[in-house]
This record gives sequence, structure tokens and C-alpha cells, in this order.
Amino acid sequence: MNHEAPMWEDAFGIPWLDFNLSNLLMMFVASLIVFILGVAATRNMQRNPKGFQNFMEWLIDFIKGIIGSNMDWRTGRLFLPLGLTLFGYIFVSNMLGVVTNGVVGHDLWWKSPTADPGITMTLAVMVIVLTHYYGIKLRGGKEYRKTFVQPLPFLLPFKIIEEFSNTLTLGLRLYGNIYAGEILLSLLVGLATTSILGTLGAAIPMVAWMGFSTFIGFIQAFIFVMLTMVYMSHKVSEDH
Amino acid sequence: MQGLTTNLVLGASGFAVGDMIAQLAFFIILLVLLKKFAWGPLMGMMKDREDYIANEIETAEKSREEAAIQQREAAEELKKTRQDAQSIMEEARKTAAQQERDIVESAKKEAERIKVSARQEIEQERDKAVQVLKDQVASMSVMIASKVIEKELSEKDQQALINQYINEAGEER
Repeated sequence: MNHEAPMWEDAFGIPWLDFNLSNLLMMFVASLIVFILGVAATRNMQRNPKGFQNFMEWLIDFIKGIIGSNMDWRTGRLFLPLGLTLFGYIFVSNMLGVVTNGVVGHDLWWKSPTADPGITMTLAVMVIVLTHYYGIKLRGGKEYRKTFVQPLPFLLPFKIIEEFSNTLTLGLRLYGNIYAGEILLSLLVGLATTSILGTLGAAIPMVAWMGFSTFIGFIQAFIFVMLTMVYMSHKVSEDH
Repeated sequence: MQGLTTNLVLGASGFAVGDMIAQLAFFIILLVLLKKFAWGPLMGMMKDREDYIANEIETAEKSREEAAIQQREAAEELKKTRQDAQSIMEEARKTAAQQERDIVESAKKEAERIKVSARQEIEQERDKAVQVLKDQVASMSVMIASKVIEKELSEKDQQALINQYINEAGEER
């Protein structure tokens, strides 16, 4: 229950540079899985799609739908790779923690990388920074500045606060959902290991919760991409 | 229990700056690699298919139009051919009728001609016969006369007399 993270404090002698090695491992694993899936789906591509290629094309259409519901496709196509990669990475990360949590000694090695606030906040900040970047790039600095005083100038402070609250909620929503899922799973595992009765009692909730976590993992990946595109459209679309 | 609370509140490890940098790097690398190796080709393929389908539809439309035109042409051709056949048959019928008439005409003429020539022949034969008869009658009558009347009449007078009789007989006929 009381698991520690395998920390590597003050890496390379730099005082503020701390690494959570399990996060590093899981980031690598998640990235690797997404990459392998992506590449495997696009080997032997044919005009008549078969099997896995079909699935990947469905995924592309799915993300296209998310983007298309928020902005004009002509600007939206720019964000398709971003949306796909975000969705794939977050979904796979979420699933990694649902499938199993691995503990070596007292250290929690195998978990969802998205069950760490630092990582989800990094993704959220990256997304928000990207929205500002594309807002300036696609519409110019003047138009970009104007978005802060529209529709009324006195909204400026709220608009600025909104940027930070968006970042915070985007990152922490994902973290909270996934972390809560893992906590409950580890509690159920703890119950299951106490006694035979506990095992019997924990079995059904465990299965139910894993199913629910899978659902949550999908929904959270979807919401993250959806909100990314919503924020993006606020910055890059003319009518917002 | 205290550990659980700590976990719940602060998260598994709190904020580690290294993690953040690593996450950013991982994500950017993943994005670039996937874009290059997966999304790019896949989207290209989907675009390719879109173009292909659009092209196919266009081709199908075109060939359908072509087929319609050809069908119309064929129908016209058929109609023309039918008309041609009709006119040829008409022509043939007309020609046949003409020929029939010609043949009948020429047959009639031929028959007429044959009739005329036969009549002429008959007349000639008759004239010839009459001549022969005349001659014979003349000589016979001379013979008879010479036998019967002996030499009272000269042969010349006799001949004139006979000619007169024959002429009278001919006129009577």
C-alpha cells in the first residue's frame, strides 16, 4: 500500500533536477507502444484498407471529427497529428495503469504515467503554449491581442485568469481521474491480499472497476483532445 | 493510513522537474516520429484513396454518358438500316414489277411477230401453191384441149382462154 516512488534526486548534481524513474520508464513504454502501434498499422498500406489499417483510419476519422466540431477543417488539419498523438499517448498511458501496477520492493515502478500531476500538467502547459503559438502564427499578433479584450475590454483579467485555470483544469482533470482509478485498484488489491474472503469480495469490484477505468481512460483521452481543440479554436478561429 | 493520505493529497511523487522535461521531450519525439512514420503515410494514403474514388466516380460518369451516346447512335443506325432495307425492298419490288411487265410485253410482241411471220409464210405458200396449180392446170388444160379439140385452137388462143377462166375463178373466190 505504502509505495514509494523510485526517485533520482539531484540528478547530475543539479539541485532542482529530480527524476521519478518509474515515470521515465512508463513514458518510454507508452511512447514505444504508441509508436509501434502506429507503425504496425501503416506497414503494408493498401488502398483497400484491411484489419489494423482500418482501425487506424477509424481513429483518424474520430480525431478529425473532434477537430471538425471545433474549427474549420482548413486550419484544423494542422492539428491532426497533434490530436492523434495526444489521444494515442494518453489512452495508452491510461491503459497501462489499468492493466497492472507493478511494485518492485517498496517502489512503484509500473503505473500510468498520467497518474502523475507533473506529467499531465506538462502536457496541459504544452497544449496551452501551443494554442498561444498558433494563435499568433495563424492570426498575427494584433488579432491575438484582441482576443483578450473581446467582446468587452473589462473581461481582460478574467481572460488572463482563464488561461491559467484552463491549464490547471486540463492537466489536473486527467491526473485526478487516472490517479483515483489507480488508488481504488490498489486498495482493491490490498483487500484481495488480506484473506480468502477478501479475495472473493474484491474479485467482482475489481473486474467492474477495471472495466470502468478502461472507460474512464478512453473518456479522459477523448476529453483531453477535445479540450485541446476547443482551446485551440478559441485562439485560431476568426469567430471566437 | 498516513501514507495513503499523503499519496492521495500530494500524488505519487509530487512535482519532479526532470519528469516534466522528460515528458516534454518524449512527447515531442513521439509526435515527430509518428508524424513521419505513421500519420503522414496514412493520411497520404487516405487522400490518395479519396482522389482515387473521386476519379473512379468521374470515370464511371463519363463512361455512362459515353454508353448512352453510343446507345443512341446504335439506335439511330438500326433505324437507318431498317429504312434502307425497306427502301431496297421497295426498289426490288418495283424492279420486279417492271421486269414482269417488260417480259409480258416482249412476249406479246414476240407472239405477234411470230403470228405475222406465220401469216406471211402461209400467204407465200398459198401463192406458191396457186402458181403451181395455175401452171399445172394450164398445161393440163392444154393437154386436154389439144386432145379433145385437136388443133382447132392455137396453143396461144387456148392459153389466153384458160387465163381468162382462171382469172374469173380467182375473182370469184
